[in-house]
Order: sequence, then C-alpha cells, then structure tokens
Amino acid sequence: MTAVQDSAQETSTTEIGRDRRRKEDQRLITGRTRWTDNITLPGMLHLAMVRSPYAHAKITSIDTSAAQQATNVVAVYTGADLDESAGVLINAWPITPDQKTPNHPPIPADRVTFAGEIVACVVARSAAEARDAAELVDVEYEELPAALDLKEAVAADQSNGVLAHPDLGTNKSAFWKFDSAEAGTGGDVEEAIAKARNDGVLIEREYRQQRLIPAFMEPRSVVVDPTGEQLTMWSATQIPHILRFALAATTGVPESKIRVIAPDVGGGFGGKLQVTPEEWTAWWVARQLGKPVKYTETRSESLMAGHHGRDQWQKLTLAAEKDGTVTGLKVELTADLGSYVSLVGGGVPVLGAFMFNAIYKFPAYQFTCQTVLTNKTWTDAYRGAGRPEATFAIERLMDELANELGVDPLEVREKNWIRHEEFPFTTVAGLEYDSGNYEAATEKAKEHFGYDELRAEQQRRRDSNDPVQLGIGVSTFTEMCGLAPSRVLGSLDYGAGGWEHASVRMLATGKVEVVVGVSPHGQGHETAFSQIVADRLGVPFEDVEILHGDTQISHKGLDTYGSRSLVVGGEALVRAADKVIEKAKPYAAHMLEANPDDIEFQAGRLGVKGTDQSVALTEIATAAFASHDYPEGLEPGIDAEATYDPVNFNFPHGTHLCAVEVDTETGQVKMRKYTCVDDIGNVINPLIVEGQVHGGLVQGIAQALWEEAVHDESGTLVSASFVDYLVPTAADTISFDVDHNSTASLTNTLGTKGVGEAGTIASTPAVVNAVVDALRPFGVHDVQMPCTPERVWKAVHAGDGGGTTEAAAPHFDAATGETGQTDRSAGADDPGAPEEGAGA
Amino acid sequence: MTRIELTVDGARVSDDVEPRMLLVHYLREKLGKTGTVIGCDTSNCGACTVHLDGRSVKSCNVLAVQADGAEVTTIEGLAATAGTDGHLHKVQEAFHECHALQCGFCTPGMIMQSVDLLNDNPNPTEEEIRLGIEGNLCRCTGYHNIVRAVQTAAGTGGAQ
Amino acid sequence: MIPAKFDYAAPTSVEEALGLLAEHGDDAKVLAGGQSLLPVLRMRLNAPEMVVDIGRIDALKGITDDGSTVTIGAMTPYYEILANDTVRTSCGLLHKAITEVADPQIRHRGTLGGALVHADPAGDCGAPVLAMDAELVITGSGGERTVAAADFFEDLFTTAVGEDELLTAIRVPKYDGWGSHYEKFVRVAHQWPIVAVAAQVKVDGGTISEARIGLTNMGSTPLRATGVEQALAGKEATEAAVREACDRAAEGTNPPSDLNGDADYRKHLATVLTRRAVLAAAGAQTG
Repeated sequence: MTAVQDSAQETSTTEIGRDRRRKEDQRLITGRTRWTDNITLPGMLHLAMVRSPYAHAKITSIDTSAAQQATNVVAVYTGADLDESAGVLINAWPITPDQKTPNHPPIPADRVTFAGEIVACVVARSAAEARDAAELVDVEYEELPAALDLKEAVAADQSNGVLAHPDLGTNKSAFWKFDSAEAGTGGDVEEAIAKARNDGVLIEREYRQQRLIPAFMEPRSVVVDPTGEQLTMWSATQIPHILRFALAATTGVPESKIRVIAPDVGGGFGGKLQVTPEEWTAWWVARQLGKPVKYTETRSESLMAGHHGRDQWQKLTLAAEKDGTVTGLKVELTADLGSYVSLVGGGVPVLGAFMFNAIYKFPAYQFTCQTVLTNKTWTDAYRGAGRPEATFAIERLMDELANELGVDPLEVREKNWIRHEEFPFTTVAGLEYDSGNYEAATEKAKEHFGYDELRAEQQRRRDSNDPVQLGIGVSTFTEMCGLAPSRVLGSLDYGAGGWEHASVRMLATGKVEVVVGVSPHGQGHETAFSQIVADRLGVPFEDVEILHGDTQISHKGLDTYGSRSLVVGGEALVRAADKVIEKAKPYAAHMLEANPDDIEFQAGRLGVKGTDQSVALTEIATAAFASHDYPEGLEPGIDAEATYDPVNFNFPHGTHLCAVEVDTETGQVKMRKYTCVDDIGNVINPLIVEGQVHGGLVQGIAQALWEEAVHDESGTLVSASFVDYLVPTAADTISFDVDHNSTASLTNTLGTKGVGEAGTIASTPAVVNAVVDALRPFGVHDVQMPCTPERVWKAVHAGDGGGTTEAAAPHFDAATGETGQTDRSAGADDPGAPEEGAGA
Repeated sequence: MTRIELTVDGARVSDDVEPRMLLVHYLREKLGKTGTVIGCDTSNCGACTVHLDGRSVKSCNVLAVQADGAEVTTIEGLAATAGTDGHLHKVQEAFHECHALQCGFCTPGMIMQSVDLLNDNPNPTEEEIRLGIEGNLCRCTGYHNIVRAVQTAAGTGGAQ
Repeated sequence: MIPAKFDYAAPTSVEEALGLLAEHGDDAKVLAGGQSLLPVLRMRLNAPEMVVDIGRIDALKGITDDGSTVTIGAMTPYYEILANDTVRTSCGLLHKAITEVADPQIRHRGTLGGALVHADPAGDCGAPVLAMDAELVITGSGGERTVAAADFFEDLFTTAVGEDELLTAIRVPKYDGWGSHYEKFVRVAHQWPIVAVAAQVKVDGGTISEARIGLTNMGSTPLRATGVEQALAGKEATEAAVREACDRAAEGTNPPSDLNGDADYRKHLATVLTRRAVLAAAGAQTG
C-alpha cells in the first residue's frame, strides 16, 4: 500500500449524465441469454394446462383417465386434487376494509370464472406429450350466465342481472372516495359545479378506458426445482421478492427455504407484476412429484390468462369560470377487476386518484371509484397503472374546455397550471409536488414541434376541405412515481411497504459488487447503477458489477414497478455507497496515521486534509480483506448496505405535442409528428432515458389507435392472438422528436425522477386530442379508443363521435377453414355497449 | 421419427425428429440454441427469425424436417458465419451502439431480419427499413432506435 | 405451439405426391410453403394424419415466359416471383400485390400456389389473379386440367382443386402497357387486409379503354368489381369520372364484419380504395 499524490482535481461526476452503452447488451445481442424457458434440469417434467372455454360455468365432471394413460404422462391434476399446501393467489391491496375479494385458488375445483381459467393440468416427460394429453382431458361444464358488461355488472344484484360470483351477492367489490373538502385539501366540488352551471362553463363527459393487454414479448414461464432442502423457482417475473413472500405466506413453506430467481426477463410493463395460478400450480406439482417442473405459456394463453390492464368508464365533470379558470373537478370511475381481485388490481384506480388534478391548481376535487367483478380475465397494473387513465381524462377535458371557450388548448392549460415559482406546491389531492417547470418544457416543445406552422397548415387544410385533415394534440402531463413512501402505502391499506434496499461489497481485488432489491426486465439497471456507483466511489464503470433478481443473493427488496427503481432503489444505492466511504475513513486514518476527522474522500481516494497523503478506496478494500492490521474496535471490512424509504413520491412531467393526419374518407389516422419535452430531473444515462421514452410513447399511442382486448357476447376473448390484438410494428410508427428539460427533483440525492411510464402516460391523450382536433370541423367531440378507422369514419359521418365497432370476430379462427368457424359476421360485442354483454 | 441432416451455425448436425417438430423447437431443445426464442403462436412476432439457406424465415413456421439438407444460421452463429473474426456482426454492433434493445427478447429475431434486409438492400431508406422489419414485433423500444441501428449498420444515417 | 402428431412424406415428383393424396384421402393435408398451414397446426385448429410436403418437387418451382403468358410454378416462393423482371413489367399487378403479402420472412417461404389453394378471402393474391384472368393448372391422377380464375375460387377456403389433386402452375396473361395498383387497407402492418383492391387499367390518350378490378376480403372469395369495370370503360381518366364509376365498387359484395369494421364500413372502404387504386393505376392526378 502506497500513499500517492492526489494528482488531479477530478470531478466526481464523470459517469452520471454519460450515454454509456449498456452492459446488458452483449449477452442479448449474441443469444447467450438465460430466459426462464431456456432452463433445463435433469429429469425435468413439463406442464400443460387445460383451460376453460367458458367465461362462467360449473365444472360438473372431469375425466382424466385417458390423459393419465397417455405415453410419458406422469400425472394429471384437477382443482379437486389440490390441498392446502397449494396455497391461494393473494390480493395485497384491499382498498377498503369491506372489499369483496373472491377466493382465488390456483385451479378452481367447482366453478370457472373466466374463459382461459385453468381447470386441470397435465404433467409429462415432454412439453409435446403434455400438450397431447391435455387434449384428452374431458371436462364437462354447465354453463352459467356470465357478467361481462361493466355497466350492467355494476347495476346487478342477487335478484336482478348476472353475478360473476353469485355467492358474494353483488359484483361490487369496493367503493373508494377522496373529497378535497373532507380531506381539508380544497373546497366543495358540488358548490363549484353548481356555480359553473349557473354562471360559468361545465364540461361533462364520459370516457372509456378500453381493456388492454400488457403483451410483453417473452411469454411467462416458470421452472420449479424441489430437489434438496430448498425449493427454487425461476420465473419470468418483475417481483421475485414479493413472489417469495407470497409463496411462503400462502403455501406454508418458510421463506428461508424458498429461493426465487428472475433470470433474464423479457419485458413486463406491469404484466409480470403478479402472482399467478401458473406459478402456484407449478410449485405445487413440483412438490407433489419431487421433480423439477417447467411451464411456459403460449402467446394465446398469455393474452387470455395473463392479467389485463385499464378497463374503466370515467364519468367526469369539470367546472370552470368563463375565463377558463377551473374551479372544480369531479371524477366517478367504474373499474373492471375481471373475475378476481389480483395482487394490486383493486388499487390501480386508486393510484390514479391523486393525479386527475395533474399539473393544475384546481380548488375543489372529488374522486370516487367503484371496482367491479366480472367474468373476464382479471385486471391489474399495466404501464402507468391508474395514472394514464387520470392523465387521459384531464388532458381530454382541458382540450374540451379550450374548445368550449374557443381558445388554444395550451392557453387554457397555462391559465391553470402551477407556475414554476410556486413549487413546492400542495395539490388539491393532498400531494406535495417538489419541483417542475411546465412553462419551460412547453416552450421548448412548441419550438421543436413547429406548433405555429402546423396550426397554419391545419387551417389551410380546413379551408380547402382537404380530405386529409390535420390534427394537433396536446398533453401536458405529470405523474407520481417512485412507489412509494411506506407510511402513505399504509394509509391506503396496501399490504407492504415501499422501501428499497441495496448493498455495496468492496471486493478484495478492487472490484465492486453491488446487490440491489429492484429487479429489472429491460430497463438497463446494470448500466445505470454502475454509473452511479462508479461516480459515488470513484471506481471505473467497468469494475462495478450489479447483481439482482435472485432472492438468495438479494435477500431484501421490493422489486421493479411504478418507475421506482432509480428514484427509490438508486437512492438506497447512493446511501449504501456513502456508508462504504464512511466505513473506510477510519481505515484510511489508520493506514495514513492520521486523525479520522481529517480524512476526506475525493475521486476514489481517501486523503488527509491539507496534505498530499491519500489511499485509494480499493486499496482499503484489499487491506480490509486481509485484515492483518486494522483499527482497534472495528469489524473487518467496509461493505455496507442501506434500506431507503422514500419521503415523497416523485413527479416527472412534460409537454407532448402530436400531429396526426386523418383521412376523412377512410378514417385512417396516420402519425405525422411527435415531439415531447420531458422533465425527469437529472439524467443518469440519456441514451437509456430516451429509449424508455420511445417505448413508452408507442405503448401509449397504441392505446389511442390500435390495441383493445375484446370479448364476444359469450365472454370469449376475441383478440386472443397477435393476429387480432394489434401490437404496432415499425411500419406503423414514426421517429420521435424527444428532448428533455431538467429541474432537479428534491426527493432524492441524485435529483432524478422516474421515466419508465412517462411516455405511456403522456402520449395517449396527446394522440386522441389530435384525432379529435382534426375532426372538430365535423362536430366531433370524442372518438372512443382505440380510434380505429371505422370509429373515426363513423364519427366524421355521425358528427358526434358515437361510432363504435360493434362486430367482433377474430381473423385467425376464421382463417382455418376446416374448423367450421366460417361465419365471420357472427357475434357482436363492444365492451362498452350497454345493450350487449351479460344475460343469456 | 425422421432422420434429418443439416448445417447449423457452421456445424453439421443429424438427428431423428418427429415430423411435427418445429425448426425453432429443434434448435432450442435438440441443439441447445436457446438464443432463438419463441414469442407467439401465429407467426406475427418474428422473435424466432433465423436464416435458412441464407434467407430469413420464422423458425416457428418451418418444420425441422423441411430444413433437412439446409444451412441454418442463428443469432449464435451470426458473427462467426459472417467471418467477423471473433468480433460482433456489424448489425449486432449497431444494436449495441444505438441502444436498439431493452429487454432483448425480440433482439435475436430483429437482428437476423435486419441482416437479411441489408443483404437485400444495402442502402435502405427509413421507410424501407420500417417495412423490412414489419414482421418483427418489439414492445420495448418503440422501434426508434432499431431503425437507427439498421441505418448505422448500413452507413445510411447515424444515431440521432 | 406444438402441432398434433402427423405422418410426413416429402415426395419429389407430382406423380408421387398424387399417389400419396390418393392413398390418404381426406386424412392428408398438402404442405406448400406452410406459412398459413403451420400456424393452424400449431394452434391445433386442424390435425391431419398425413402431411404431404410438396416443397421438394422441383417441377413445381420456377417461372417461364411463354410469350403471351407467364407460367409460375405453384411452389415458387413469393420472393422469387418478386425478383422476376417479366412478372414485374408484364404482370405488374401481381407483382405489386405480392409486395404487400405479410412480411419478408413469410415471403421467403410462402408460395403463390399455396396461398391460392388456401383461398383465404383476405389473402392478397386472389384478387389480382382474378382480375388478370389467370388460369390455374390443376393436376390429378387423370392428368392436367385448366381452370379459369373466375371458376377457381368456390367459397371460403374452398377452391376447384380436389382432394386428390394439386395446383401445379398459375398462368398469368401479360398486360404490357397497362397501369396497375394494389391498394391495401390495414390498421397495423402485420394485419390481413381489411379490404384491398387490385386494379389495372389500360389508358389510351387519357381515356380508360379497359379496367380490371379485383376485391380482397369483400366476400367469401375474391371478387371482380364488374360494375366498376363496365362503368370505367370509355371514361376519361379523371378524378371525377373515376369517382363516379367507383361508387359501384361494393355492388354484389358480401363482406364480413369483424373487429376491424362492419360490412357497411367495408363496402364504403371498397368504393374509396377502388377509386384510389384506379387513379393510381391510371397514373392520374388525385385530389
């Protein structure tokens, strides 16, 4: 060990802000990956599921004998075979004490509650043989009426209408309310509405948030190895830690005997924020048979049985003065849970409850939400979870208000938004926004976009009755992310905290091993966290290794969702790294024969103030490893860990501007230009941030234009393959104009804000606003999402936006010919059409 | 069972397979070429794209027996087959450089299709690139950086 | 994702293939390019006992220029047809429609013959083949017979090809000097067409002397828009004249209703898309 001269006055931030190429890429671009489905273990058995074709039915009998006798079939199980050790699927967020929460077994024994629910499983020596035998399982059902339409379901009771779970006596699961007058955060919304009705402007609308499917690219897969004392589960999950807790809590195996590994995970978007019947079934089967078991779903199974997202009706009342100053907002939501209350499904609308007031200074606000059980696939988080719904509603309303007043949509926003000098600002929903600059983001976005020129072109097209009209959509969004302060979660009756954990291990060779509790599935944590640690500890980026996603390595964490990894997990990491430095100081003092109080850290070295004597942190790590000579009273080693509980949410914002061309002859909407200026605070890696925004934008645009999970009148998911669930391709999208503006967040040391959901939250209303804007001359005030060509065309011709697609039939089944499903005009359903749905 | 012999990533292989075995299952299960993945069951997603006798195909849409006698290149053999002397193929490099992947699940197929596209058309426009990869779905990137990567590999426009 | 078990044969001659079909009857399914059949097998929507792979019959592949017609072997993959200069210049409508088939990977494996026999009314190749009055060469144990495209498509997924027969070649007349356009309407690029229109017109001195128009996905088979064809004959190739004629595009159609639009919407689309296809084919200014 040598004390060398501290040569350079290096800045301590050489990595943060750099567009480092990702450490994760090498294995992914060469195919040396470890997806769960790649895992093969000696003697491994394969599972195939038998799923219900009915949305609601009694299981009257299941004959498994033919399947049991098939070649290489090891076992066939039905719901009746499951015992207590199979556990149940849990709801971690009962949003009210009296929430109705149906029991959710991995495989029901007597009654199926949605089409696609598992009724039996076959275990065989190969996946092909398991699938073959699954076809031999003979299930007899007695079909029951299915509760399908959300509005009908909410009105049903024991004597009238159809119940998804007749034993509950109602389809209503929970009613949740926030009122600013009651909470003391604002005025009485009814007063504001009454006043606006008399002498102001009242905007009353009802919007539909269609049902969506997360559609991550990697189908879910699970492998369970019960060999030996410990049970190991590999799962394509976002939440290895929560999964381990839930397995332990419901199946009676102590956590210490459970190891959950999320290996390479191919996307999630909330869709893998779940504990699933497939995981629980594989777990139970592996334990029954004492053999490793694998289950990988097909895409159709994924679309049918993986949880869906959104699916709300939003009844909205916005009160304003004649000058455009908003005086109150009332929100009445009805949210479709599907047939079970999933892990956090009931809470998704509640996450939106605090965001309807968005960036605005509304004086009065009321939010209510009724969650409803139906016989459809369960719903839960999908990218943004609650906040896209809120942002859509308010940004659509602000456009409607602008239209009503005959002013530019940006003008009415500016009139109501929080000015940058007003931060910190406590909103009518009770949140404290720490920072932001809506003016700056908007100004920059307008400039990039060429707002005035496009408005001029729009006018020209209107004047010339161009069959292709131009529409300009605005969305000035904010969101709350960085889930979440544990005390807030506690006040909302969530079943866990919102803290995060990290540990920093200084290895003997001078390398740094970091263990984090968040669990990435495409976000680039290995790269961004390496940058943070490299700066914090003054070590080379390449010398930092980030470990995650394995509960045996990362014993503590709450995983990845809600744009929390950087703002919560990153803060835990910063604090752990800072502790390492603090622990190293007495070592440095000892090595340099100085007073610990005189030691200061800079650029990877600990030196004695006012001298040129210093020692590298990595040298201290080596010395601490040997521990031949260390300060009296200390423990060997300078490793440290930190658990961080955020004090507040985090509020990224931005201004998104979208131009679309609408072909009024066909209804086709074509993206023309998209500009966004997001304020996500300080940026760790601009390349990764832009990638998150691009991807988020397309998912949000897809909700506006393309995607919808549609059920037919019997409750079968019609859009059950990628033929009919329209995930966009490269040919459907455009290059984006993405920039950012930075006001540092005050909620974390690095000044960062979450970015994972921003693009999705912001873009949906920007696009729909653009479509409606294009069609204003035709008297159109709304087009229901997705804005299909048919809906747009019908809106143009009806002049009221009332056009909806009524017919539902998949192309794929029709394309088979031999199946006999030749009638493509059969079936009619619109999830929102009140005359359709339940009954039968 | 049917006996097949083919060349995969430069190696001669031979196996008895069930006629129903898909090429992608053959690659993954018999040969351990798990770099090629399965993303759907309707041939929409393109995640399983490989080269069959030098042209891109969806390996879920080809039976292993149909590949008898053929030459198959997967993402795992792309660089070596292209003779890059231990380095990455230029399209792999470009995907890394342009941050054209996030979760990476679609990436093997996306890269294999991009290579095919550039074989066919070494100087594609943005529109030609977008149409050339229309058979490959990506849920993470919004395609923006994938288009940049193909442009970069082609030398027809840089990262933006 | 895993097909049910089946037996497999890969004959190398038409004769051998026909023998297998005769032997196995309706238990057999012909595997051409497989791009529509394999998804069906994977989803277990069909489970034939015997799959006869005709991909190794060299006699079914290739394109020959016969003077007034181009003969395309039924097993010629799309990408080879696209690369053929004669098809591009003399059978432009077919070329343009094939550029719109699915995606590049599918076009590397899929075959024109396979698509025509599959006879999905939403397939891109039926309408141009119909509009061009192509002839389909069908071979059975009794030898070859030729069927006009107008008689080939019988119903949804049903053609004139018998259970024990093979479609062996497609003879496409040359239309040198004609303008052509395939107008396809989709919501996202990887979709089957909601409606598509295959149009070719002969324009002499600004007047449309003849028009041939095929409609995709406007009924259980590809359809000819004969009313429009008649109305266009002798009309000036102007926007107004074409618009009036194309208003008849939906006559006699019976389009499906599905997630992408109901029958009425499709009928409306057919008129707009036909007008656009005809104007593009005629090289006329739109607007």
